[in-house]
Amino acid sequence: MVNPTVDLLIQFGLMAFIGAAVAFALIAMSHMMSPTSKNPNKAISYECGVLPCAEARVPYNVHFYLVAVLFVLFDLEAVFLYPWAVAFRTLGVVGLVEMFIFIGILLVGYFYAWKKGVLDWE
Amino acid sequence: MTEFIILIIKLILIIAVSVGMVPFLIYFERKFAGFFQSRMGPTYAGPWGSLQSFGDMAKLMSKEDLVPAAADGPVFRIAPYILFVPAFVSMTLIPFGPMDVDIFGYNVDLVVSSFDAGVILFLALGSLAVYGPVFGGWASNNNWALLGALRSGAQMVSYEISMGLAVVGVIVMANTLNFVDIVDAQAGGFWNWFFIPQLVGFVIFFVASIAELNRDPFNLAEAEQELVAGYMTEYSGMRWGIFMFGEYVNMVVMSAVISTIFMGGWRAPFEFLDVIPGFIWLVGKMLFFIFLYMWIRWTLPRYRYNQLMDIGWKIFLPLAIANLAVTALIISVV
Repeated sequence: MVNPTVDLLIQFGLMAFIGAAVAFALIAMSHMMSPTSKNPNKAISYECGVLPCAEARVPYNVHFYLVAVLFVLFDLEAVFLYPWAVAFRTLGVVGLVEMFIFIGILLVGYFYAWKKGVLDWE
Repeated sequence: MTEFIILIIKLILIIAVSVGMVPFLIYFERKFAGFFQSRMGPTYAGPWGSLQSFGDMAKLMSKEDLVPAAADGPVFRIAPYILFVPAFVSMTLIPFGPMDVDIFGYNVDLVVSSFDAGVILFLALGSLAVYGPVFGGWASNNNWALLGALRSGAQMVSYEISMGLAVVGVIVMANTLNFVDIVDAQAGGFWNWFFIPQLVGFVIFFVASIAELNRDPFNLAEAEQELVAGYMTEYSGMRWGIFMFGEYVNMVVMSAVISTIFMGGWRAPFEFLDVIPGFIWLVGKMLFFIFLYMWIRWTLPRYRYNQLMDIGWKIFLPLAIANLAVTALIISVV
């Protein structure tokens, strides 16, 4: 149609728009069909039937944060691996050795995190 | 202009199939669950209960859409869309037939977008979908919802890594990130499909996809005995329905991606079966994987949280890296 990049944007954009429109239409339809009755008691947060005694946004386990940091590291590793994998045959043995060194460095960090107990959830 | 019309037709077809499948998938899931547990499953609405999902939909439609007073309104309202939309966008990447087919005199590529970085886009959209549960749980301002959101976030990102690394073996073999070319690299019979040389990667990818979909045995995010309904606790009516719907659409997309990457996509297992259109083969393979998801869900008990994280980080991650290294070594030697 126009040029490849714009084509892709049109294709993804249209699909995202239709997806959002489907969800929006379903919710809008339910708003038309469903009863509305204002009652302050209905807007209380659910806590097994008793009144919530405190704010839910309390400090939580730091473990989740560590997992997120590790995720960023290893997901970036994966992203660096994709171009290498595509060009694998043209890079030859040098590329293979370099990538093994790269993975090796990351594995050192991985075992360090393991020994530090980041991966243990007891 | 004709190209634009063809694009619209393709989009509508894909959406009709993937969305139209969902009510029947829900029905079959409940029916299979019944059979696996020596029950009947739904029987009343329609013949053999087959209209059960439509009845449920009408019920959900007529439920009030509540937003708790303590919740963060805009984020609470937008969270279901964030889970729902990325699944649709990933659907554009899946080829469902050969390129440049002649249909009624028009040259049609039977894929919406032949994108050169398709695998990366698919994984990126998968990561984006994590925001749905996390936003929903955080915005609800509810203890159960927050715990469910944290669990589901940590679980989805953990398995995202093994998933991403398990695909690299296939990319090394196919030399491309484009789903169309990945299918082309599996031409021939079923012995050319990547699930045979990449068996380890295939198993890792499949199990990681169950965790990505938050399904049993990895549905810690909504472990109903511990967390009521996880991040969906405060959601009601159709907004809850969108979360549920999104999970099933995600399941359809995930099974399509697995069939495309490891099972030859739209290609027939034998060359003489090519007379049957590729679209039917793709849907058949997708249904096979969806059945596998249902079978696993209703057979295996749920894992504990530390077991789940151990499997993801201590077994699958090293295994995926080893698989990648062995694949690269074998290919450079041969």
